[in-house]
Amino acid sequence: MKKKWFSYPYLLWMLLFTVIPMALILYYSLTDTVNGETVFTLANFQKFFQPVYLKVLWHSLVLAFYCTVGCLLIGYPMAAILANQHFVKKKFLIMLIMLPTWMNILLRTYAWMTILERNGVLNSFLGFFGIEPMQFLYTEGAVIMGMIYNFLPFMVLPIYSVLVKMDKSLIEAAEDLGANRIQIFRKVTFPLSAPGVISGIVMVFMPAVSTFVISRLLGGGQFALIGNLIEQQFLWVGDWNFGSALSIVMMVLILLSMAVLNRYDKDKEAGGSLW
Amino acid sequence: MDFQSTQFLKGGHPLAQHIIELFDVCKDFSGTQVLKNINLYVRKNEFITLLGPSGCGKTTTLRLIAGFEQPTRGQIYFYDQCINRVPPYQRRLNTVFQRYALFPHLTVADNIAFGLKIRKVPAEEMKTRIAHVLKLVGLSGYEKRWPDSLSGGQQQRVAIARALVNQPEVLLLDEPLGALDLKMRQGMQIELKNMQRQLGITFIYVTHDQEEALTMSDTVVVMKDGRIQQIGTPEDIYNEPKNAFVADFIGESNIIDGLMKKDFLVEFAGREFVCVDAGFGFDIPVDVVVRPEDIKVVAPEEGMLKGIVTSLVFLGVHYEMQVEATGFNWRLHSTQMYPVGSEIGMNILPDDIHIMEKSAPQIGEEES
Repeated sequence: MKKKWFSYPYLLWMLLFTVIPMALILYYSLTDTVNGETVFTLANFQKFFQPVYLKVLWHSLVLAFYCTVGCLLIGYPMAAILANQHFVKKKFLIMLIMLPTWMNILLRTYAWMTILERNGVLNSFLGFFGIEPMQFLYTEGAVIMGMIYNFLPFMVLPIYSVLVKMDKSLIEAAEDLGANRIQIFRKVTFPLSAPGVISGIVMVFMPAVSTFVISRLLGGGQFALIGNLIEQQFLWVGDWNFGSALSIVMMVLILLSMAVLNRYDKDKEAGGSLW
Repeated sequence: MDFQSTQFLKGGHPLAQHIIELFDVCKDFSGTQVLKNINLYVRKNEFITLLGPSGCGKTTTLRLIAGFEQPTRGQIYFYDQCINRVPPYQRRLNTVFQRYALFPHLTVADNIAFGLKIRKVPAEEMKTRIAHVLKLVGLSGYEKRWPDSLSGGQQQRVAIARALVNQPEVLLLDEPLGALDLKMRQGMQIELKNMQRQLGITFIYVTHDQEEALTMSDTVVVMKDGRIQQIGTPEDIYNEPKNAFVADFIGESNIIDGLMKKDFLVEFAGREFVCVDAGFGFDIPVDVVVRPEDIKVVAPEEGMLKGIVTSLVFLGVHYEMQVEATGFNWRLHSTQMYPVGSEIGMNILPDDIHIMEKSAPQIGEEES
């Protein structure tokens, strides 16, 4: 209690760089400049509900959904292998998963560009087998792949931390009661790892919905996502009011999806050991 | 030593079928031998207990029978079929785990239904069977409860119900009462024994508690350092321990060096005693085992041995005394109180003197 003032620098930091900017965004989203005067209006939000922008939002949600499903399909088996006590190269594999996250997302994504280019690594490799160069870069597939690549660790680690803590005698109990490996997974392992899966989904889905770097670099700008839209409003169009409104919409969407997922997440500690 | 024949002669139902049989089973864990040539059979409907200190290999033996581990060498038979390669889920036996291992995401009823659902038992039958086992373990009305809302004893009952509902031919129990307090443990011991009799299921029970083993079992298997030390009825094990380890592990004992002069005569504590053992030869060093409750306290001048009481502890039913006599600290029980420092006499009857071959020094084995 006495050491309360230790938290002041942190509170100040939060105030300056989180609370005030958020308040500004809210302010901008609810105002507009008409003839040099600032007026309160809901026009920015109204503007959003036009088919053009709704389509962008829908597209973002669909891509983020694909990315999350992809991460889950790749990440779960990966986490399961890592959690297996008989797996010896565990530390090495965790390193491999963690290492790219220490690099800037821009660098990682640029690396993928050189791989996927028309004259890139992948097409050269396929060329050895006499396969004609294909268009990989600037496709929807490239964007989804880039997202999966970038956000996979956020799926693997929470699932891993739940699986590794799981009581192994439960598996034996299921085996003892007649369950084969598939039944054990379906009836015991998966339900018990649900908290990890949920945190994984949250932690992949949120950045995937709002990403703009990946879609711009790997999608070549032809797949405008809501993140790109916001970026455009602030940097190119200069319509801060509409950009702020878009940000608010996205924030509400993310908060809603988190609220929904939280209802299924009984074990609040899931993944907590990692983050 | 021929354990098989002794078990055959002294066990309860010599003609009953062998339901599980282990032949020369060995188990290594990363180079360390934890089980050494285990030979054992389990008769149908018997209550057999694997007893020993921790690290003796009793739980490993149970896990081999359950199928969670595979023997390094040797065969395990279920009736007349070798089940070495049969995975646990195909074995017709069920296990009650030490830490219960109830599924935390399922209710009591769903936990119990787990095995039945996998076997696709019809819903109606499932319901009656669940109700039946819950009644059996005294938890009727607990169907909708979650495991973490139950006490340790209740969780244990659910674990037992979950195993029994599958009507296994053999039930394996790995120290199932280890986590319960004394009072509850004693109650559950009686209940388990009654259940086993009622249901006619073979129980293979693992414990380090010798009292538990003696009260519940038809047959006790005493183990140490991955070897079977003795197999027999509780009476055999208590009254006729095969070696000093068994004597010491099964209840307290005075173990003293002696010399077998000839048949029915043994020398220890500086004098000769008449005993009931024979066949050792002449002047053979032996271990002499005398139970504390078998030493009769008499007046000093009437005793075969004279000693001074060095400590006295009241244990409820009796006093436990340490008596210094002829350079040995005797432990004995008496309902009479003799103050520390007083001189007493001690008598030992021939029937109460147990003669054991000196345990051969075991080479290359670390004591655990």
